Amino acid sequence: MTKLNMRKMQKNQSGRIAAVNAVGELGRRIRDMGLVPGARITIRGRAPLQDPVAVQVMGFVLTLRNREADYIQVEVN
Amino acid sequence: MEPTIALAGNPNSGKTTLFNALTGARQHVGNYPGVTVEKKQGTYRQNGDRIRIVDLPGTYSLTAYSLEEVVARDFLVDEKPGVVINIVDASNLERNLYLTLQFMEMGVPVCIALNMIDVAKKRGIAVDAERLSALLGIPVIPTVARNGRGIAEVMAAAGNLLRSGENIPPLAISYGPEIDPVLDEMAQEIAPSSFLAGRYLPRWTALKYLEKDEQVMALGRTEAPALSLSLEERVSRLSKRLIDTLETYPEAVIADQRYGYIRAIVRQGVIACRDGGHRIHVSDRIDRVVTHRFAGPIIMASVLLGLYHFTFAYSEVPVGWLEAFFGWLGSVADRSLVDGLVKSLIVSGIIDGVGGVLGFVPLILFMFLVTLISWTGALLVARLLRSTVIRGEPSPFVMELPPYRLPTFRGLFLHTWERAWQYIKKAGTVILAISILLWAMMTFPGLPESRIQAFEQARASAIATAPGGLLQEIEAADEEAQLSPRAETLKERLDTIEADQAMAGLRHSVAGRIGTFLEPVSRLAGFDWRTNIALLGGFAAKEVVVSTLATAYSLGEVDTEENRSLARTLSASPGWSPLTAWSLVVFTIFYAPCFVAVVCIAREAGSWKWGAFSIVFNTTLALALSIAVFQIGSFLK
Repeated sequence: MTKLNMRKMQKNQSGRIAAVNAVGELGRRIRDMGLVPGARITIRGRAPLQDPVAVQVMGFVLTLRNREADYIQVEVN
Repeated sequence: MEPTIALAGNPNSGKTTLFNALTGARQHVGNYPGVTVEKKQGTYRQNGDRIRIVDLPGTYSLTAYSLEEVVARDFLVDEKPGVVINIVDASNLERNLYLTLQFMEMGVPVCIALNMIDVAKKRGIAVDAERLSALLGIPVIPTVARNGRGIAEVMAAAGNLLRSGENIPPLAISYGPEIDPVLDEMAQEIAPSSFLAGRYLPRWTALKYLEKDEQVMALGRTEAPALSLSLEERVSRLSKRLIDTLETYPEAVIADQRYGYIRAIVRQGVIACRDGGHRIHVSDRIDRVVTHRFAGPIIMASVLLGLYHFTFAYSEVPVGWLEAFFGWLGSVADRSLVDGLVKSLIVSGIIDGVGGVLGFVPLILFMFLVTLISWTGALLVARLLRSTVIRGEPSPFVMELPPYRLPTFRGLFLHTWERAWQYIKKAGTVILAISILLWAMMTFPGLPESRIQAFEQARASAIATAPGGLLQEIEAADEEAQLSPRAETLKERLDTIEADQAMAGLRHSVAGRIGTFLEPVSRLAGFDWRTNIALLGGFAAKEVVVSTLATAYSLGEVDTEENRSLARTLSASPGWSPLTAWSLVVFTIFYAPCFVAVVCIAREAGSWKWGAFSIVFNTTLALALSIAVFQIGSFLK
């Protein structure tokens, strides 16, 4: 078990969110969309130039920029 | 007053499909007061009673994150709908229930439409609606809004809730040992005072303070500054403690606990997954092809090209009908009205102007229809653009990439009609007014008496030098009749004088003077003064460029008998070449946005400087580009 920043995750890599260190509007948005500690996520792909990233959480796919991904720590196997 | 039911749910949960199924064509589209969020209302009939249905904007949460969320929340508070039907995507239950919990915490009567139960089943997810209903304590009815399954049952359940009128106790979730005591204390502090009492429940207000909800806090500060300050102090004390001990924040704990509550419910046998829920969805398969590094852009280009081809190829016929109709209307007006200002206003101003714009209606209808049919294509474009163009904006960018879904035909036609109707309304109001204004600018001031007399003299001398009887021959002849060669010559001379007079009149008018004033510069890009008039009109609305060009050229047209199309008039005109057309296309794309857009820019940016900048910068850019096109083009020729 290692903790990894979401920005550093590879395509098709899965993990469980350990912490979301964002406050204010950004934090609220990230959490409202289901990116909360304990949620299982899988990286579904990255756009050309590596940004933004598509993440599967629960049953759906979200897209966020690396700027937002930086706030999210993920536990990976 | 008839009772109100609000439809609420996440974006892409099938809310609009359900709304269309419930209200059919009996809908009314407007805006929420003061904001650009669309408000759709309609009527549903149940056992002879009329029920007002309001489609709330799709939201993921009820924080004050976006305008949509604020609007939805304010509607629930201010208009107090009898029941909220919460559309929940069964294939995406956990995130959808996040919103449901917030309705229940607010104390509004909720009834869940568990939608897309068929999609969930295909994905190997089975949802036990009865169990979910028992655990949440609210009605849960499985539906498939696309084909109408379960809709009557949902409305029956909502109707029961509406009639029972009993007070539903708000949901009180436990937010854990850190938050709960503070939350209770705050609620107790709020309850005895009438703090925001007309709007919110005490516990809900306290919760919003803990979530640092700007809108609620601003309201609180104006209503009871002392109490508000005391609440804010409690929150900041708790925040400090949480950061020091657990490295977290109240709002984070609240969100975690909400999702925890949902997870606990869902795990009590509500969801059963086959294949562990790890099936490859259809959307993923499509995505593998359409977002492919090489195939993706090629597919995108061909979808766009196909779209344009289809639109223009198939809308040609109805566009032709409309053009013929307005041509006929023009010639009827031409024949039946007496020469003068009124006739000129009706024929050149109104019929040409509005007709020119309305002629595009079939095109618009086709375009929307085709756009919606190839919705997948549009979504794909959006996905590709999203991955390349949008970046660097300051606000958080976390958005859902919804799965591809086929639209229903009903939704397709309703939406297409709605858009086309908006366009027609615009043609009938704004564009009509602009057409009349432009006509006036192209008509006044009229030629001075002395110059009119000069033309009259030229006409008289042309008639006098010709042998007698020819004039009578021209006047007596109908359109098909063959004139004698000498009568033909006289007619041509008279027509030329007529055209010269019209042209001189146009040049003398306000618009003509502005156009002529700008000509030295616009010549570089290949535009004559008449084109300048059209471009000036385009500042009012870009659609007007074409119709103004038509009016400007029809005023000075030689052949007034038959209504020639603008394309033919222009290609016959000596100042025009394909190069001029290209230059005009480039200029029109890039020059100043229309007046309404400039007002919006100024309002959104908060200063008129940006509005002025968009005019000056874009026009300069457009001029530079079109001069480049025209000059390089002329050089190469």
